[in-house]
Amino acid sequence: MSVGTIAVTPARGVSPKHVGIAGIVLGALAWVITIPPIEARGMVPSIVLAALSIAAGAWSIAGGERKLGSQAIVVALFAIAGAVASADSASSTLRSVFTWSALAAATLRYMTPLLWAALGGVVSERSGVINVGLEGMMLMGCFWGVYGADLLHSWVWGLLVAAIAGGLLALVHAFFSVHLRANQIVSGFGINFLALGITGYFLEYHYGPNGTPLNISMVPNVKIPLIQHIGFFGVAFGGANLMTWIGLALVPALTFFLFRTRGGLRLRSVGEMPRAADTVGVSVVRIRYLAVIASGVLAALGGAYLSVGFVGSFSNDMTNGRGFIALAAMIFGKWKPWGAMWACLLFGFGNAMSDRVSNVNPTLGTLFEALPYVLTLVAVAGLVGRSRPPAADGIPYVRE
Amino acid sequence: MTLLEEELQAEAEESTGAAATSPAALTAFRRGISGVMVPIITTVIAFIAGGLIVLATGHNPLSTYSSIFNGTGLNWLFPWVSGSERSLAAVNLQSTLITATPLILVGLAVAFAFRAGLFNIGGQGQYTVGGIVAVWVGSSFAGMEPVLHVTFAIVAAALAGGAWAGIAGVLKAATGANEVISTIMLNWIAIWLGVYCFQLGGPLQNPAMKSTPVSSNVVAGAKLPVFWGSATLQGLDVGIFIALALAVVYAIVIKRTRLGYEARAVGFNPEAARYAGANVGRTWIRVMLICGAFAGVAASLDILGWEFNLATNTIQVSQIGFYGIAVALLGRNTASGTVAAAVLFGALLTGTSNRNINLSIDPTLVQYLTFMIEGIIILLVSTDVITLRLLKGGRRIGVELRRRRPQKADTSKADAPKGEAS
Repeated sequence: MSVGTIAVTPARGVSPKHVGIAGIVLGALAWVITIPPIEARGMVPSIVLAALSIAAGAWSIAGGERKLGSQAIVVALFAIAGAVASADSASSTLRSVFTWSALAAATLRYMTPLLWAALGGVVSERSGVINVGLEGMMLMGCFWGVYGADLLHSWVWGLLVAAIAGGLLALVHAFFSVHLRANQIVSGFGINFLALGITGYFLEYHYGPNGTPLNISMVPNVKIPLIQHIGFFGVAFGGANLMTWIGLALVPALTFFLFRTRGGLRLRSVGEMPRAADTVGVSVVRIRYLAVIASGVLAALGGAYLSVGFVGSFSNDMTNGRGFIALAAMIFGKWKPWGAMWACLLFGFGNAMSDRVSNVNPTLGTLFEALPYVLTLVAVAGLVGRSRPPAADGIPYVRE
Repeated sequence: MTLLEEELQAEAEESTGAAATSPAALTAFRRGISGVMVPIITTVIAFIAGGLIVLATGHNPLSTYSSIFNGTGLNWLFPWVSGSERSLAAVNLQSTLITATPLILVGLAVAFAFRAGLFNIGGQGQYTVGGIVAVWVGSSFAGMEPVLHVTFAIVAAALAGGAWAGIAGVLKAATGANEVISTIMLNWIAIWLGVYCFQLGGPLQNPAMKSTPVSSNVVAGAKLPVFWGSATLQGLDVGIFIALALAVVYAIVIKRTRLGYEARAVGFNPEAARYAGANVGRTWIRVMLICGAFAGVAASLDILGWEFNLATNTIQVSQIGFYGIAVALLGRNTASGTVAAAVLFGALLTGTSNRNINLSIDPTLVQYLTFMIEGIIILLVSTDVITLRLLKGGRRIGVELRRRRPQKADTSKADAPKGEAS
């Protein structure tokens, strides 16, 4: 694979911005060429590309584009590390890790619960209520989804029961944060503990030490008629779960609702400037209640995906911090549905990668588990720019 | 507001003209009352609510609570308990205090950050990193002078925890990165780092036990001496005195030092503090360093006091960071409050553990009952309104709410430990 031809050299008249972007692309390429399907062996092409990327970054910084330029340099450094890792691994290893179709399928699976919860977070925080209780609301959906599906013999009922349970817990959060003007972060933590207690208590109370039954009705996977049989797409997207597709469809739907409809405008205005919204007759209290409850329902459905959609049973503390990851994804995605989705895909991809690496090398797989968190840390440290929360996020509204 | 220090609350209430007769006297009275009574009333309400759940699911709440109480070992304090009952109580009480020891310190790690307006969710990660370093130092350097070895391990763990928290502080100061995200991420990175170190084939896995994912054992010279109970049956080690001493240090730092004053000023309003000449970024970094050091010491006391090794499983299931948050919240970020809350949580954890053979109902149920009670406590802590109303009796909640600083909504976003203000 000849790579020399792609090299873009900074020329006169080219803006530092373009050079910075080219630097980022080059940096990424330095790693991408070492993995399947290209699989360039030997370090030389990667080093050349990374060096060009760093040069472009430096040029871009000198030209005033500090952020883009430093992004290019950081990307190049990560790419070099990645390329070294690739060069160290056997070709067969690389191929078994980077089976792109299987990676894509696993990424979608890991992303789904995070996405639902993160979208819930967007709704709540856009209305001005911080929701640290996402974790607890997910956990409620996780358990009560199994309970509903088991008792009423249908996953549809399972999801409904999950949604109600999550909504009820969210109602508690709304009551404390909107009505009693509590500190919302603290209240959210209370919600998490409460959910851990409630789900654990009722798991033990209803099912005892044997745990939930194994044969519950589960949310089906969607077999897409044509795509199903086309190699890569068949493996990657042919068997994804119904809730994955609904979750992805929710992203544009929620974006449209928030930014293009009257209801969305009201919701955002309550989160940005409640006093003004109140003055023109929008009920701050009502909208915040509704938003928090909707957020609980979404998070609970994300939790229900874990149990009723994927695993088929419930175990204690099954969400295992996913609510917090969803919270981070939402902030990382700058309180926007699309942004949250990309962040969730990143986390999903990280999890999927570490799974594949673990198959080949368990020791190294553990380190890869930490990769999405490291990337997020690097990203929030300025590479994505400062994120601005809704102006009234977390501030209880007091009517004059 | 509930989280900020009482002085500032008092000032704010004063400025709204809360009291009609003698503002200063009433505020002082209120401060004293609400500082002590609110957490107590909160706890009582939470226990009553928990009792109702026990009752609703067909168990006797009174016998449940009394067996939990006996399981905590607090009945040791009663002079009429004697014989074998007394020796069992002593063992249980030692266990309660052993559990409370790290909770005090992780609680302080959260509390100090709260005071500076930072929300340190990273107690878990700082504790984990501290534990990794403590177990490494404690299991290496055999033959070192015991006092020196223990000190070395504790200091190393403090430095490691501090450095870990310092990352979040530096990122916040330098780039404005939200500390809620960065500490959550650092938690997970620390956990996976720990799993990596001690897993099968990991760099710090016990070379003598090839098939167990666990660290080497702490050498005899690096163990903390046990001063109450049997050293082989997890008697109480001297770690608790270190924790209490650090709580005193915390109180002094907060009340009597320039750093404490700056931290409180920054926590109250970073913009105003900056305007008044404080270096806000530096304060954030320093506060996070100290918070992390507290959490690191907590881990070292566990490792050197009774755990003696660190297994990957222990790292993954540990919830101490979240307990730390609960402890700090219930203790209202004060030193004495944090110690009291840590003992309460330590007692709850011990009284409901599987070790408690007194329990009349399924111990698993009781464990989850504890989580519910903790949840209710934290929910009630998040707002003063309910308990304040009970204290005053008869006042309408609305009146109380309007009292609570009407300007708050549009002054600064920074007056509460803001999770998401970057």
